[in-house]
Amino acid sequence: MTTLDGSTAGRAEARPAVVRHRRRWLELGVFLAPAIALYVVFLIVPVVQAIRYSTYDWNGLGALSDYVGLDNYREAFGDPAFRQAMEHNGILVVLSLVFQLPLALGVALLLNRRMRGRSLLRVIFFAPYVLSEAITAVIFLQLLQPDGLVDEVLRGMGLGALVQLWLADLGLVFYTLFVVITWKYIGFAIILFLAGLQGVPDELHEAAAMDGASSWQSLRLVTLPLLGPTIRIWAFLAIIGSIQLFDIVWIMTLGGPAGASSTMATYMVDQGVNSYRIGYATSVAVILFAVCFVFSILYQVFVLRRDVRGATTRMAG
Amino acid sequence: MKIWKLLGLAALVTAAATVLLTTTTASAGGKEDQTLVWWHNVTQGPGVKLYKDIAAEFQKQHPGITIKAVPLQNEQFKTKIPIALQSDSPPDVFQSWGGGGLVDQQKAGKVADLTKYVKPWIKSIGGSAAGWQVNGKQYAVPYSVGVVGFWYNKALFKQAGLASAPKTWPQFLSAVAKLKEAGITPIAIGSKDEWPDAFYWDYLATKLCSKAVMQSSAVTYNFRNGCWTKAGAYLQQLLDAGPFQNGFLATPAQQGASSSAGLVANGKAAMELQGHWNPGVMQSLTPENKVPSFLGWFPFPNVPGSKAIPGSLLGGGDGYACSWKAPQPACAQFLAYIDSPSVQRRVGSTGFGLPVRKGTENSVKDPNLRTVLKFRSTSPFIQLYLDQAYSAAIGQALNGAIAKQFAGKATPAQVVAQIEAAAKKK
Repeated sequence: MTTLDGSTAGRAEARPAVVRHRRRWLELGVFLAPAIALYVVFLIVPVVQAIRYSTYDWNGLGALSDYVGLDNYREAFGDPAFRQAMEHNGILVVLSLVFQLPLALGVALLLNRRMRGRSLLRVIFFAPYVLSEAITAVIFLQLLQPDGLVDEVLRGMGLGALVQLWLADLGLVFYTLFVVITWKYIGFAIILFLAGLQGVPDELHEAAAMDGASSWQSLRLVTLPLLGPTIRIWAFLAIIGSIQLFDIVWIMTLGGPAGASSTMATYMVDQGVNSYRIGYATSVAVILFAVCFVFSILYQVFVLRRDVRGATTRMAG
Repeated sequence: MKIWKLLGLAALVTAAATVLLTTTTASAGGKEDQTLVWWHNVTQGPGVKLYKDIAAEFQKQHPGITIKAVPLQNEQFKTKIPIALQSDSPPDVFQSWGGGGLVDQQKAGKVADLTKYVKPWIKSIGGSAAGWQVNGKQYAVPYSVGVVGFWYNKALFKQAGLASAPKTWPQFLSAVAKLKEAGITPIAIGSKDEWPDAFYWDYLATKLCSKAVMQSSAVTYNFRNGCWTKAGAYLQQLLDAGPFQNGFLATPAQQGASSSAGLVANGKAAMELQGHWNPGVMQSLTPENKVPSFLGWFPFPNVPGSKAIPGSLLGGGDGYACSWKAPQPACAQFLAYIDSPSVQRRVGSTGFGLPVRKGTENSVKDPNLRTVLKFRSTSPFIQLYLDQAYSAAIGQALNGAIAKQFAGKATPAQVVAQIEAAAKKK
């Protein structure tokens, strides 16, 4: 959106001064060329290549000779295993928004108050986000073993009846993974929201209080609207992250048992790297890319536009 | 300025590439100076030293040939090899498991035909060579071949009142029941990885289908013979008995003490159906870093009244292929050296593998591995693991379908249907 807004405005104002206009393009060319070159070589070209590969039946070894048109896409959308994986990504998006948002918001509001040990608590909540996904996955893999630490703690608290086969139960495994993902990423949401809360001026709360607003009203009518841009950015990142989820799932379950915790990305790797169906897996990659791309555009246009409008640098003449 | 830095970098890269290019052409041009780039998957265990020795000895015997070994972690190897073979500078010598994977590489013209080079000595490794042939031509050579069987805890068997290892499928099922009655987990399995599930189905098919059916199905991918569904039905008998550890669907085969190999190694389960590598895996998963003394081995039970030749086994192994670009005969000479009696004896004596060269079997010291070797040498028919025997895509679909049966999500007929569906896509 930045370029759209900026360039239209710029062109309109710069039209009379042709020389200045030309110089500006030269400047743009010199400064942007390296970035654009890198962008084209490492992003545009691979995307175009991927689209090309996705129309072939190819095992990665021979020449690209078996052109199949859109058959790979047809197969993907017709494969129950891929549909199941897409469904999992969808559920994850919904779960993230429904559970992580209120949780992170609540904790952020608590941590925003003046209290003893606030910095320590902030560090504790943020710590999991610093861990890599692989380390998180390995740690939870150990904790969630049958008769592992989680089971033993539950039994120790007299809650033995709650013990489950966390990773082996086909109906449960995906929700177990969701808890792990939440544990890992909630810290990031909290930090974002805390930063957003810094931008809510105290005067507004004071004014609201003087007008007789209860603390709930103050939260709902002052804090939340001003936190809106932050929440919308977080939601964007959370949704994209949910669609692309891979590492934690792959290490903890390999997408199993029997596909019960698969995502589009684990399905793609399974087809490409394990089955050497490179052409087909590439078509899955293109679908994944298209989903993220279309979603990003729509989200920018319909949700984020208000937030970024004031923030773009205009090409003032 | 960034751009100058970038340009500088580009110039540097170009210069480096030119230097590299000229050096490689120089080495390929002169007959005296050849380099064999050797990709293998041995990153730990006794093989590390053995491989260093092999390379050093071979270089000494063949002045002018340099071996450049590149050890890669196994999973990394599997993802890198297709890309490397596709490139202009593939490794010269690389790990090959034979079967369908080798067929795919051969069809794409990425592996060298070794038939004429190995002709003088290939007979000395016997029937093992067959799994590394395509249309009767030798495209790779094995150096270690083993068979899958049950690794079991003799003490726990005794505790359950089992005097000897089961020989037939009904005996096996009753042994499972007895172990269960004694409060022992009969079988550990690493279903997270899916291929351990497939061992059961593969083996039952090997024990139920005739050799002719097994061999033709690997080429035609026709599974209409009733024996394939029957294999699934026999497997279902076992699954219905609930013989596995708690939460087996999420258990890995080899990582950590709570893996299936770890459970058997630490006395928490009575047996596991696994390959000849299992003692080595178990050793690293015990606190004392020792192969457990209670460990024994028995072959997969025969199924009475079937069309298979009794004593047919499921197995596979490790070998090496030369890429299309490898300098010959240097590459073939190197493979010949790996299969020479001197090296093969050390493959056995160090516990690195099960040697294929006839006359070197005695080098294996471990009594269990000796048993494995005895069965391998006398077996009338060794079927390569099906996921390896078939083209990669079909092999993976097979593992996935069988894993579904283990998870209670597919019937024996559905398993066969899913494998056939995967084969049709090719």
